[in-house]
Amino acid sequence: MTMAWLPAPSDFRADLRSAMAAAPAHRAEKLASLAQHRLGYLETIQLERALAQSGPDPVEGFPRVRLAILASSTVDHLVPAVRVAGLRRRLLIDVHLGAYGQHRQDLLDPSSSLYRFAPHTILRSLTAREAVAGIPLSATSTEVDDALASSVDDLRLLWRKAREGLKATVIQQTYLDVTHPLFGSHDRLVPAAPSTLVARLNDLLAQAAASDGVLVLDIARASESAGVEAWFDAGRWMQAKMEIAPPAAPLYGDLVARVVAAQRGLSKKCLVLDLDNTLWGGVIGDDGIEGIVLGEGSAAGEAHLALQRYALQLKSRGVILAVCSKNDPAVAEAAFRDHPEMLLKRSDIAAFVANWDDKAGNVRLIAERLNIGLDSLVFVDDNPAERARIRESLPMVAVPELPEDASHYVRRLADAGYFEAVSFTRDDAQRAEQYTANAEREALRGSTESMDDFLRGLKMSVIFGPVTSLDLPRAAQLINKTNQFNPTTRRYSQEELTALASASDNIALQFRLIDRFGDNGLVSVLVLRPDAKDGQALEVDTWVMSCRVFGRELEFEAMNIAVEAARRRGVREFLASYIPTKKNTVISDLYPSLGFVPCPDSASQNGATRWKLNLPAYVKRNTHIEHSGA
Amino acid sequence: MGEQEILNVVTRALRDLLMDEEIVLKMDTRREDVRNWDSLVYINFIVAVEMQLGIKFKVADVESFANVGEIVARIKTMLQ
Repeated sequence: MTMAWLPAPSDFRADLRSAMAAAPAHRAEKLASLAQHRLGYLETIQLERALAQSGPDPVEGFPRVRLAILASSTVDHLVPAVRVAGLRRRLLIDVHLGAYGQHRQDLLDPSSSLYRFAPHTILRSLTAREAVAGIPLSATSTEVDDALASSVDDLRLLWRKAREGLKATVIQQTYLDVTHPLFGSHDRLVPAAPSTLVARLNDLLAQAAASDGVLVLDIARASESAGVEAWFDAGRWMQAKMEIAPPAAPLYGDLVARVVAAQRGLSKKCLVLDLDNTLWGGVIGDDGIEGIVLGEGSAAGEAHLALQRYALQLKSRGVILAVCSKNDPAVAEAAFRDHPEMLLKRSDIAAFVANWDDKAGNVRLIAERLNIGLDSLVFVDDNPAERARIRESLPMVAVPELPEDASHYVRRLADAGYFEAVSFTRDDAQRAEQYTANAEREALRGSTESMDDFLRGLKMSVIFGPVTSLDLPRAAQLINKTNQFNPTTRRYSQEELTALASASDNIALQFRLIDRFGDNGLVSVLVLRPDAKDGQALEVDTWVMSCRVFGRELEFEAMNIAVEAARRRGVREFLASYIPTKKNTVISDLYPSLGFVPCPDSASQNGATRWKLNLPAYVKRNTHIEHSGA
Repeated sequence: MGEQEILNVVTRALRDLLMDEEIVLKMDTRREDVRNWDSLVYINFIVAVEMQLGIKFKVADVESFANVGEIVARIKTMLQ
């Protein structure tokens, strides 16, 4: 039940006191750093109280998220853990709890306090009791499905209310199985046995969530790790109607925050692996390639192989792999090439850094080469000194504590939940390859004389068109994950994006970039909507581009395409805002570089600037990108 | 563990939970005598004491404690 991947706090009381004594601007930083540690139930409550004392004022660098938890059991005791786990991800989660027993009514009544709270996200946390009540033990599987279907229909109705009425993202919690064996093993064969009902209900819930685009918080699965005994305490249920026992709160909070953060594109993207005693046993520089421990035949060799296998699985779902090792680069690369038991190939690694320099510098280098933020990295190293070094100098990098025994590395990494996803698209499956291809592009860039030669050598073409229903999952993912090329940092759920893309007055375009190294996938989305005041103007509501294709002139070609589409509709002007954040400074000159000029009357709030582009006077930019059919 | 020592442990737990170092518990202190000691804090307090001392109260005890003295006495017998 403990979150073993987090390091233990050195002196919780002292650290908390020092945070409380700090000025408000520093307090959040200090509390966030304390939240990176393994905290018990009581410590979590204390940390949250300290956080709450800072009040509702905005804190620079800590976006606020409004989360409503609508529950059919007592969840008040879980709120501190949710907030602390949010802080761990630099999110300030404001939580609204519905009145006890009012979880349905709150959603159905537009005058309820829930609607005034205007949540970004709604978490529905229900017990299975109501859904399975009244189903006779003798019911056939068809009768069971009919009875459960009405519960699931009710879920769907409320999901729809949440999305249409509140424009909120919905997270539905799976049902915790707190039932007791009735027939023993035979329960599994009796359709209406209590545990069978809960399992079936969870199946139907998952099917409905998948088809309705609702996210799931799978505590049914998560509770299997430590067991339902650790999650459910009959005494607490009887005392206070708590279905989730207090000691499970810190982990529960982390699970909730993972999904909330993933929805906002804050999950990790890249796994940075050490070599010696991490990917294989032993030290290759001392033991030689034939001396390292790896592969079937020895338990220790299998342990390291298991980590390689898991890394490959992560790669197949879009996690980028990197290597950071203190080694002679030729020796390290030789192991990938020549060791017969290596599952990971050199081509699986998008950034490979082996040298004798400080690892903090090398981790920085990896982030730069891949053009991703340091806060997207997970650093896995068996050496406690290296872990401490990275935590100390690069606190935004996730660094799991590893167990002494390599056979538990995979479990530890998986438990930490760094790569929580809210979707899985075809682009994800290809992403790791695309990053590797990017490394080849970089090599080409290094070997060509001028930028012009490099871009010509890429032989790029763009496929573009309206955002169709097929593109929606990837388009929503891109909008919610992109922080750098994102002038407005507006986030849209898939359903909101559907509405935006289908409104006939709007122009919603998606762009795929292809070059001689491969298809980069759907890498940019541009949404234009009519300006409220000027019927002949369109406002750039949202424009995002994957950092994979920065510096490839796609922004110029995309603007050519958008201007062309808008002219055909008689639009005379584009309006746009650049709202600076910590992460989008890379495009601070985007609009002037595209030919936009500042709006004269634009009052600047939070440093935001307003821009306009005169379409009749727009001169098409020449780029190295050709058009392919959409 | 003596009664005073146990009283110190439960006082510490409640002070930590409410982040209030002014709290003083006596044997005859009742829940309503302490500001903010509501039912959620009471459960959290029980959980904190259980975790700290490695004990588990009976449900029947938790709902029948009339004052701090009864809690201390119960803990004392459980630790024997």
